Amino acid sequence: MDEILKTCLHDRHTALGAVMSPFAGFDMPIQYSSIEEEHNAVRNACGVFDVSHMGEIIVTGEDATEFVNHIFTNDVSTAHDGQCLYGMMLNERGGVVDDLLVYRFNANRYLLVINASNIEKDEQWVERQMNGSRPGGGFFKVDLEFISDVTSELAIQGPDAERVVEEVLGIQCADLAFYTFKETSFRGAPVLISRTGYTGEDGFEIYARDEEIVEIWDALMASRRCVPCGLGCRDTLRFEVGLPLYGDELTDDITPVEAGLSMFVKLDKPAFVGREPVAAQKAAGASRKVVGLELQDRAIPRHGYEVLDLDDNVIGHITTGYHALSVDKSIAMALIDARFAPLGTPLKVRIRRKTFPCVVVKKKFYKKSYKQ
Amino acid sequence: MIKFSETHEYVRVDGEYGYIGISDYAQKQLGNVVYVDMPEEGDELEAGEDFGAIESVKAASDLIAPVSGEVVEVNTALESDPRAVNRDPMANWIVKIRLSDPSQLDSLMSQEEYEGYCKK
Repeated sequence: MDEILKTCLHDRHTALGAVMSPFAGFDMPIQYSSIEEEHNAVRNACGVFDVSHMGEIIVTGEDATEFVNHIFTNDVSTAHDGQCLYGMMLNERGGVVDDLLVYRFNANRYLLVINASNIEKDEQWVERQMNGSRPGGGFFKVDLEFISDVTSELAIQGPDAERVVEEVLGIQCADLAFYTFKETSFRGAPVLISRTGYTGEDGFEIYARDEEIVEIWDALMASRRCVPCGLGCRDTLRFEVGLPLYGDELTDDITPVEAGLSMFVKLDKPAFVGREPVAAQKAAGASRKVVGLELQDRAIPRHGYEVLDLDDNVIGHITTGYHALSVDKSIAMALIDARFAPLGTPLKVRIRRKTFPCVVVKKKFYKKSYKQ
Repeated sequence: MIKFSETHEYVRVDGEYGYIGISDYAQKQLGNVVYVDMPEEGDELEAGEDFGAIESVKAASDLIAPVSGEVVEVNTALESDPRAVNRDPMANWIVKIRLSDPSQLDSLMSQEEYEGYCKK
């Protein structure tokens, strides 16, 4: 086992008494006070997350747009400069290598923000695609910069995030539309800020070097207008609004069609890696799907538990489950046989020794409140 | 008499009966309890085996029987109010059993021994 990695804020977390736990090779804060308090702070006010474990890759060069479009399911050729796009990188079978945000600086420069758990895999994958065959012939004229080690990131999330960022940090952000970004400065140093997040609330993500991220964190803590939030509530927040987590709802063996993410796959753009199997599956219909489940009981379905039909045949498994905080119900996302996917289908979940009735529901358990 | 196991369950002994719950230390470690998965009346608990689970927001933890015995009562109040375990874990036991082998109590820790164990 490699030595565990630490973000630039590690000593801040331990000084705050955070419960720390390994995540994707990093020693990360799971909670500071309690998952519930931190979850509610983001829903009702403002929370800040250290997400410096996330990975970053810069793609530059005259073929940058063509290359990113070749490895990414969404269409960056029609995006405007300063726009962020969510999408996936697919393998040749249509499975998801990773889900990511792509930041378009201009037609010759992009930033890819990837999951911490996939940094090494993604770097190898992107490099391999760059050196592989270009559909138009010849090679992609692009350069890659792997900047995860020198880039830290904070997510400031919640209905008060805009005011906190403007008033505490002095960074203008009211002008940013949802899923756009700009390069600006904090106390004279360059930072990148986007109106993005992973909580279903309005909010921002800030990328900078370690020094600036530590200064920003300290300023936020000193202001007392922003609650430090761990990965525990990051998961409950994203889950409630139906956002997938790589490793749970997405893997190398799950396609975007199965995951219900077809809207982020632009089949009408020029060929890209994984397009053919996904197009075929979309036309024929997927044989399994990620659905929402709601239990009548308070028992909690956890990742990996079996989902059964009414005759006790195993038809899938739970990908994420919680007693959801904002809606006070036991709910789950599950990957199941598509024949059982229609809303209202009665099913069962095996939780330890017992089975519990459940019903298929929409997997958006809580309404997002993004600022449009 | 009250005794504790290394997995943080207690058994409070009252004659031939034992009330089993989780320690104050355990409830603090877990954080807010959101669900207690309990056995049914008549189930046989086997010392060292799991008899249910206690769940916080983040994770499920097995409940391990400190001693063997037949379940004579389950604390059904925890079904609708699982956080009672956080408020007062001693008063809010999980199951009441009829001890089948009281000599098993000898291998458990006293209150004082348990407090020392938690400080390690």
